[in-house]
Amino acid sequence: MSILVIADHDNGSLKPVTLNVLSAAVAIGGDIDVLVAGEGCSAAAEAAASAEGVSKVLLADNAAYGHHLAENLSALVTDLGKGYGHILTSAATTGKDFLPRVAALLDVAQISDIIKVESADTFMRPIYAGNAIATVQSSDAIKVITVRGTAFDPVAAEGGSATVESLDNVQDAGSSSFVSEEMAKSDRPELTAAEIVVSGGRGMQNGDNFHMLEKVADKLGAAMGASRAAVDAGFVPNDMQVGQTGKIVAPNLYIAVGISGAIQHLAGMSGSKVIVAINKDEEAPIFQVADYGLVADLFEAVPELDAAL
Amino acid sequence: MKVLVAVKRVIDYNVKVRVKADNSGVDLTNIKMAMNPFCEIAVEEAVRLKEKGVASEIVVVSIGPKVAQEQVRTALALGADRGILIETDQEVQSLQAAKLLKAVVDEEQPQLVILGKQSIDSDNNQTGQMLAALAGMPQGTFASEVAVDGDKVNVTREVDGGLMTVALTLPAVVTTDLRLNEPRYASLPNIMKAKKKPLDMKSPADFGVELKASLTTLKVEEPPKRSAGIKVADIAELVDKLKNEAKVI
Ligand SMILES: Cc1cc2nc3c(=O)[nH]c(=O)nc-3n(C[C@H](O)[C@H](O)[C@H](O)COP(=O)(O)OP(=O)(O)OC[C@H]3O[C@@H](n4cnc5c(N)ncnc54)[C@H](O)[C@@H]3O)c2cc1C
Repeated sequence: MSILVIADHDNGSLKPVTLNVLSAAVAIGGDIDVLVAGEGCSAAAEAAASAEGVSKVLLADNAAYGHHLAENLSALVTDLGKGYGHILTSAATTGKDFLPRVAALLDVAQISDIIKVESADTFMRPIYAGNAIATVQSSDAIKVITVRGTAFDPVAAEGGSATVESLDNVQDAGSSSFVSEEMAKSDRPELTAAEIVVSGGRGMQNGDNFHMLEKVADKLGAAMGASRAAVDAGFVPNDMQVGQTGKIVAPNLYIAVGISGAIQHLAGMSGSKVIVAINKDEEAPIFQVADYGLVADLFEAVPELDAAL
Repeated sequence: MKVLVAVKRVIDYNVKVRVKADNSGVDLTNIKMAMNPFCEIAVEEAVRLKEKGVASEIVVVSIGPKVAQEQVRTALALGADRGILIETDQEVQSLQAAKLLKAVVDEEQPQLVILGKQSIDSDNNQTGQMLAALAGMPQGTFASEVAVDGDKVNVTREVDGGLMTVALTLPAVVTTDLRLNEPRYASLPNIMKAKKKPLDMKSPADFGVELKASLTTLKVEEPPKRSAGIKVADIAELVDKLKNEAKVI
């Protein structure tokens, strides 16, 4: 049976996480088709066609898919998905939004946030904020899966030469519409794909103090993250939250500043290669997972770090 | 309008779980249980809609063992008007939960259904979306703001890039994110009053839903352990270690 991967993209370009999802598809085995659904998204479709391992790209370019509204996208994927053995997309907010609808409409379970493919019907996924890893087997005819991108190495972006086939399948439920969006603008790398992440917590005390961290992040070419407490307090926007219910990151280097290390935060960053913690409380749980811990007042340590880089 | 809120009994979010020695699951014996935090936010949102005069009645429903009555009573103490517990001791997977909730929706005909975006035990993030699909309703997932406006609801959603607002025609499903509101605590008088509010006991069979699960958990393991590293004395030592030992900068 073949596999349908739904690409992550912002219409203009293919998001790199698609290459990680393709890697999970390769591990399952079988022909891989990629669906690029959006509006004015042919460049993303071309990019998907040159990714390694892709047989065919299906392009659904229509205003109904422009904002990835779950009602429309799920109707399209349900329609197409009936012919496949597996339907995969990333566990980003778009995938989390529309894919469970597809599973329900196909009357099958969804397997969320897989971190390993054991076989074509058996997968590993974290539960309880990553404090346990479950191995689950599905008896459904179609396996509907979201993939944790950081758990799979990406396939090559170049080298493939898949055909692009345009679809004229327009699904417009008419029950939802896009009103507006406020997207964070940043020249820094994307949080979930960055090599280095610098995160601040409640210890930062206010949003202005995050500028100290930004200076360090810019010297390191790092992305910026935060704890839930820092987001709840309004220091920084929600898209920076790392954790069980925010973003999952696994950079080479994660620097946690003024973050205590609650299990919900650890769930989002304990896959990092090297963890640094700067905290004035030597008992803070973050030190139990940190490779390098510095017990210090961040208001002294961060400017020093900035100067030392 | 009528609002339906679904709540789940889960492990308390402060408890660190232990995997059972035989790898069959996590050990829940004598563990503190509570209402899933995202469900508390869902109840709070419904209560605020009622306080604003937007909602006229709040029905709270849970699926789980008999003791999940505690969580339904908590929701009643927080301001829900009546409760339903669909009692089962079996494992209920998201699709089955969604089918049961769909049956409740058919019976109750709410204009708005509010659920948590995920439960902190299975971390699936599925049930609200599945319910919406089965009921043919639009959805506003990961909501940080909900504004009912006539026969529409505007939902501002926390998405990876920031915030996105969608307009949905009612009836609709909303799933809550952390920033939607800060749930209140139940007062003692309200806890007493909640004991007298109606709580209907049902079974999956009452709704004609069979709890056959298509996912089997083969084993549950501990994640790879990270061990604590070293403490560095100062920034100079930290930078030196990162450059020359870890080689990450
Ligand atoms: C349902 C649910 C979901 C959640 N999801 C997430 C999630 O996805 N991500 C997440 O992060 N959290 C999440 N949480 C919240 C989590 O439980 C913690 O409350 C949160 O992570 C704490 O953030 P913090 O470490 O910044 O704050 P705190 O725990 O308050 O820690 C602040 C730290 O800063 C240190 N500090 C203070 N001042 C200084 C200084 N001058 N110099 C150095 N150090 C200093 C303190 O010693 C302390 O260790 C969730 C909670 C729930 C209930």
